[in-house]
Amino acid sequence: MTGMSVSRLDATRQQALSVSLATGAYAISFGALSVAAGLDIWQTMALSLLVFSGGSQFAFVGVLGAGGTAAAAVATSTFLGLRNGFYGVGLAPVLRPMRGLRRVWASQVTIDESTAVALAQPPEDVEARRAGFWWTGVGVFVAWNAVTVVGALLGSRIGDPAQWGLDAAAAAAFLGLLWPRLASRPAQAVAAASAVVALLLTPVLPSGLPILAAALVAVIAGWPAPEDVEAVPE
Amino acid sequence: MSEYMLMWVAIVVAGVLAWATKYAGHVVPETWLENPRVHRIAAYVTVALLAALFAVQAFTAGSDVVLDARVAAVAVAAVLLWRKAPFIVVVFVAAGVAAGLRLLGWG
Repeated sequence: MTGMSVSRLDATRQQALSVSLATGAYAISFGALSVAAGLDIWQTMALSLLVFSGGSQFAFVGVLGAGGTAAAAVATSTFLGLRNGFYGVGLAPVLRPMRGLRRVWASQVTIDESTAVALAQPPEDVEARRAGFWWTGVGVFVAWNAVTVVGALLGSRIGDPAQWGLDAAAAAAFLGLLWPRLASRPAQAVAAASAVVALLLTPVLPSGLPILAAALVAVIAGWPAPEDVEAVPE
Repeated sequence: MSEYMLMWVAIVVAGVLAWATKYAGHVVPETWLENPRVHRIAAYVTVALLAALFAVQAFTAGSDVVLDARVAAVAVAAVLLWRKAPFIVVVFVAAGVAAGLRLLGWG
């Protein structure tokens, strides 16, 4: 390996590390919110280890916190994780060939951040793309799970979650996850329509179902071919 | 089954489904998912669910639509996101705004 390529991969690893720390930091809010929603510390840790996808985890405890059933929590968490499946499709050419345990582990760390860092490296530089994926995926996994414990411990020490604004923190977390996906007009329209549908259905459907019903907005919006292909979000 | 055990089952099922979704992406032939309609809907599902989760978390209590301290908190969060503040800052400031307003006796 030449000196040049070492420093090139160093830059990728540095990027992976900073993304890992920044992402790991907000596991503190997940840990606290999960305990506030009624899960214990072990269950909170299990969610971070097993589900390992921020949006899905916030959704799981968010649905429970709003009084939804366990089934609604699982369904919402799973639908929100569907995008990770599409990340795997995009990453497969970068990570190939891969089998057995390595593929099992690569799947677990296929998330927003590892995909973004991998695909942000030059397309012709497969080595850097692989380094970006693995360093970010494993880095976020370690940071996310470690900081989840801290958040859960903090959450279990405070009395009324609302007094500390944890309900508002959860809303801000969803807004923060949504924000980067609102670049295009159609995405903004889908977001607005989904929010309205969920609020309109809240008084009439059991908790958790208004959120799932909003997914129908996505099906209706995505069904017809758009006139402007560029307008479809990634 | 006790509530507590049911929750454990739900956590494990959610974990298995999350992993299976990720795994499927790595192993299915690319052509299966080349359908542009599937891609569009998948992208919109993420936006739709996050928007719905945000709305319910920010503006409802039980089965009622309510406006309380959370409205001010998410408005501040939106401004911070617009100014490109880091995620963790946005979350903490939102909590602080809601906690502060409630301390003052509003919402």
